[in-house]
Amino acid sequence: MRAAAAILALALAAAAAGCQKSRRVLHEKAPLAARPESIALGSLEAGPKSPPLSMKNPYEGNAYAETEGQRLYGWYNCSGCHFRGGGGIGPALMDDVWIYGKEPGNVFATIVEGRPNGMPSWRGKIPDYQIWQIVAYIQTMKAERGVSAAPGPRQEHLQAGEGRTSR
Amino acid sequence: MKRAAPGTLLLLSTGCRARYAVFDTASPEAHRIANLHWLMLGICVAVAVAVLALLGIALVRRDRGRYSDGSARRVRAVAAGAAVSAFLLLVLLVASVLAGREITAPGGPQALEVRITGHQWWWEISYPGSSPSEEVVTANEIHVPVHRPVRFLLSSGDVIHSFWVPRLNGKKDLIPGRLTRHIFQVDRPGVFRGQCAEFCGYQHAHMGFVVVAEDPARFDAWLAAQRGIAAEPAGPSAVHGRTVFLSSPCVLCHTIRGIGAFGHKAPDLTHVASRTMIAAATLHNTPGNLAGWILDAPRVKPGTRMPPNTLAANDLLDLVAYLESLR
Repeated sequence: MRAAAAILALALAAAAAGCQKSRRVLHEKAPLAARPESIALGSLEAGPKSPPLSMKNPYEGNAYAETEGQRLYGWYNCSGCHFRGGGGIGPALMDDVWIYGKEPGNVFATIVEGRPNGMPSWRGKIPDYQIWQIVAYIQTMKAERGVSAAPGPRQEHLQAGEGRTSR
Repeated sequence: MKRAAPGTLLLLSTGCRARYAVFDTASPEAHRIANLHWLMLGICVAVAVAVLALLGIALVRRDRGRYSDGSARRVRAVAAGAAVSAFLLLVLLVASVLAGREITAPGGPQALEVRITGHQWWWEISYPGSSPSEEVVTANEIHVPVHRPVRFLLSSGDVIHSFWVPRLNGKKDLIPGRLTRHIFQVDRPGVFRGQCAEFCGYQHAHMGFVVVAEDPARFDAWLAAQRGIAAEPAGPSAVHGRTVFLSSPCVLCHTIRGIGAFGHKAPDLTHVASRTMIAAATLHNTPGNLAGWILDAPRVKPGTRMPPNTLAANDLLDLVAYLESLR
């Protein structure tokens, strides 16, 4: 009896976790709410000295946000330099080498501020919630992450192909 | 349209509003489809009435006689029924094939060519010119001349959509990676509502557009005006609005030709003020609607690709003033 109750509780917990993973927010109310205040211009430093910024990605592990991030990654032409994560003109994103820090907060700061030698600043151009979605997607590129979280259960947002790519 | 069916028309127009009334046709193609419908309806009603009448006769007469007439008469009756059925089905088949041929005829060399690309959840419309700089790109509002065939080349940038203007022709899918063709010729000036007819995501139901049919002279004037680059802002408010546009997220996705905004993921806004509707024919193009849409588009259409924007009040007002000046 007790074993049955435990199994039931486990199943419920798993189901609840699953719901959370594919939760969709179709209406972001506060686009600038997630901005970490500790990020400022002027303290750019190359090399491993960047301190880990411990901001938590509000979309951590959310499959819908990861697919949205994947769309935006192509939409805002991140792929133009970083390609599909393998790098080329810009550094690779799927390996474990992070010049400016690998924590979600560091990646967020890098996108917002821009970095020397090529990475433009997207401050004020990409809404913050979308930057967090892109960060969530970038984190799925790592090899140690399972594929279970991304992309979402219904892949309606994946690009099926380009009919006419330009205008 | 047959005047003989006012009851049906009334029923339909109360049910789905006149702008989608498929029997209120405005093109030869839609007229052909409506005629085919009336033919099919007429034959099917006649067959249903005949079958029920024969059934009734059989029920009344079942006790009479003892089937002593022999089998020859029954065989003749069954053969006659099969022959009549086959003939009527053949009539319907021929009528359907002929109508299908007519509504997909390519339209000849004098046809106007319009390219349409479906996006989640809006329509990109382009009129190819003799050179790339002559090309006209707009969104969600298709202008066509009357009495001239218009050939549409349809494609999609993401998922399958379907192009449907109920009063002008049937549906045609927009399929990623391939071109499909569609055609109609509008009989009279007017504004006709169109709608995506293939489920394509959250805002499928609000993925509308309008077809504006006008006299050839007015159409040519419209096309010439659309070819130009964006109007210079008049006045300090609009000038500041342009600066706001270029320094905000707008510029990443929208194009305004002539000011260095080249985003191509969202509708071209070079002549946005000349359109009657915004947000894929969901809102009327008024300054209030435009401001609300810029500030919080997902509140109007949850799931839309247009993000909410945080702008200072004077920035927003100037931005709207600038956009409303782009005629």
